[in-house]
Amino acid sequence: MINQSLKFKDKAREALADPHLRVALGKARGSFVNKRAELAAALPEFERLRDEARDVKNHVLENLDHYLERFASAVEAAGGQVHWASDAAEARAVILGICERVQARTITKGKSMVSEEIDLNDALEARGYTVVETDLGEYIIQLAGEPPSHIIAPAVHKTKDQVSDLFQAAHGGSRKTTVADLVTEARLVLRDKYFRSDVGITGGNFLVAETGTSIIVTNEGNGDLTQTLSRVHIVTSGIERIVPTLEDVSLFLRILARSATGQETETYTTLSTGPRRPGDLDGPEEFHVVLVDNGRSRMLGGPFQDMLRCIRCGACMNHCPVYGAVGGHAYGWVYPGPMGSVLTPLFEGLDGTRDLPNACTLNGRCQSVCPVRIPLPEMLRELRHQQHQQGLMPPAQRRGLGVWRFAAERPGLYQFANRLAARVLKGLGGRGGRIRTLPLAGGWTEFRDLPAPQGKTFLELWQARPQKPEEPR
Amino acid sequence: MPREQILSRIRQALGRDALPPEAAAALDARRPAHTRISYSDDLVERFITRFQSRAGTVARVACRADLPAALAAYRAEHGLPARAAIAAPLADLPWGLEHHPGPAGQEEVLGVTGCLAGIAEMGSILTVSGPAHPTTLNFVPDYHVVVLPAAHIVRHYEDAWALLRARPGGLPRCTNIISGPSRTGDVELTIQLGAHGPRRVHVLLLEAPESAEG
Repeated sequence: MINQSLKFKDKAREALADPHLRVALGKARGSFVNKRAELAAALPEFERLRDEARDVKNHVLENLDHYLERFASAVEAAGGQVHWASDAAEARAVILGICERVQARTITKGKSMVSEEIDLNDALEARGYTVVETDLGEYIIQLAGEPPSHIIAPAVHKTKDQVSDLFQAAHGGSRKTTVADLVTEARLVLRDKYFRSDVGITGGNFLVAETGTSIIVTNEGNGDLTQTLSRVHIVTSGIERIVPTLEDVSLFLRILARSATGQETETYTTLSTGPRRPGDLDGPEEFHVVLVDNGRSRMLGGPFQDMLRCIRCGACMNHCPVYGAVGGHAYGWVYPGPMGSVLTPLFEGLDGTRDLPNACTLNGRCQSVCPVRIPLPEMLRELRHQQHQQGLMPPAQRRGLGVWRFAAERPGLYQFANRLAARVLKGLGGRGGRIRTLPLAGGWTEFRDLPAPQGKTFLELWQARPQKPEEPR
Repeated sequence: MPREQILSRIRQALGRDALPPEAAAALDARRPAHTRISYSDDLVERFITRFQSRAGTVARVACRADLPAALAAYRAEHGLPARAAIAAPLADLPWGLEHHPGPAGQEEVLGVTGCLAGIAEMGSILTVSGPAHPTTLNFVPDYHVVVLPAAHIVRHYEDAWALLRARPGGLPRCTNIISGPSRTGDVELTIQLGAHGPRRVHVLLLEAPESAEG
């Protein structure tokens, strides 16, 4: 997918004016946030589980080379094949190679964000393969020709009416208007695809080093039909999705669904270990895992290593006020919201993504709900710092910061300017104490009044306080 | 080679060479004991409550010989035809319907299987693929009926992993942990059952201490 993050401001403006999106995002906000909060409150062990999950991920990252090799040999021992891909092009080449060798025609897909990251669908379609997304949300946006707008609810930006239109255009027949009828229609259409599928591609929530198992966690069962009924199963996964043992898997199963959809557990947790075995009546004849680096190893050992703990639950975007207002498409690439604002600049370069680290109010909600405690706001601040160092900040902002710094390094001047500003603003506020318009801050005062300062600065008030406050008795 | 490239980039970032054999062996021997969800409920009660909370259904059956009658009652309740894919270990019972051991094709409406265990923690069943249990039986038919002996209900995921490791072949090709019928919230976050997998999952809970799957 071509990175369009530079258009963030335009796309955000469009999103704010889109009435369908307002309806869809409004419904999403309450649902995920409230359910997560209820479940977190109901589980006394929840905070401890988050600490342990963070520690396991850190342990994996410190020993990532070892666990990757162990995983690879365990997959091979189970009769599967592991492919290593340094970047998106290598990953696409591996998958295209497999599809060509097995003379595939129809390819079904379970949800995989890595496949979005490596632009897999376009590459497959360009070679003439029929590619069918089977996750209902992914299927909807495939029909709409759009990228996902959320990492676990890819069509969260679509209203039911829009889905009705898309389905009628694609399937013909009468226009279905209830959720039940829409789901049934998709079920019937996709059934046929599963049974005709040559290659089934899924993501991997966890790769278990101990057993060479790849795990998907889903609600619909589409990933299971995809991988069970295809002749060949290909797993695409980032190299950081390794966990050492099944014991570690239990830990993540206890926090993933609670953090993501606000469910105690998703419906299906599926552990796949190798291809069909002797005597099996079904299952794929080949099992492949494509381990995708694509910029991840560069993040190790630096200020962004913690980001590699991410388990792609979506809690950060569910709780982000900016995401909640503009939706996922405004971010312009595969991963939206706070985790996307960190990942996109790291994967795609700071230059083409300069608005993303700034599309954040540093309110900290994302960090407070992240199941593996990724310090997302600190990382966004670090990205801003790097932007400034690399001269990627707009000139006006840069000059403004320069002026502020000049004053901030000279306390006398700073305090004088502060006193002056407080008094001028008080004057501007007049009797009402509110400022209707302010030079250089038109964007802010266009929608609200600025409460005027009351005449003295904080420092003046502080110095004027009683020197020795009475001790409380 | 991408493999060597990726591994060397990782080692460079971590500032070390490949781990010495002792360190690697220590990692492989690591078997962590993470925090579990503590609860004191009776295992069977917990399993039933949690499984039902996600629209799964449960019927108690006294002994193995009563299974055909329990299935017949379920079929009558849902108007299901006298045909099913029934996993091989259960094929010996007088089901009174036309059945085969799988795999399940598109026309299949009812799948009947055993399972390795029930996990009470969140109310899930755990099935293992193999000649005695084709995976399609879990996902293709609209209705999935699972025979679960009460004695096979364990407390936590960790107890189920121990059962998996103890199997002669270790992990099967496919291990399914199933916590209710298929569902989706992809249209306006409205929960709808029966997205792609079964519309209903029904557990026949065997009270007698016998095995349902060989």
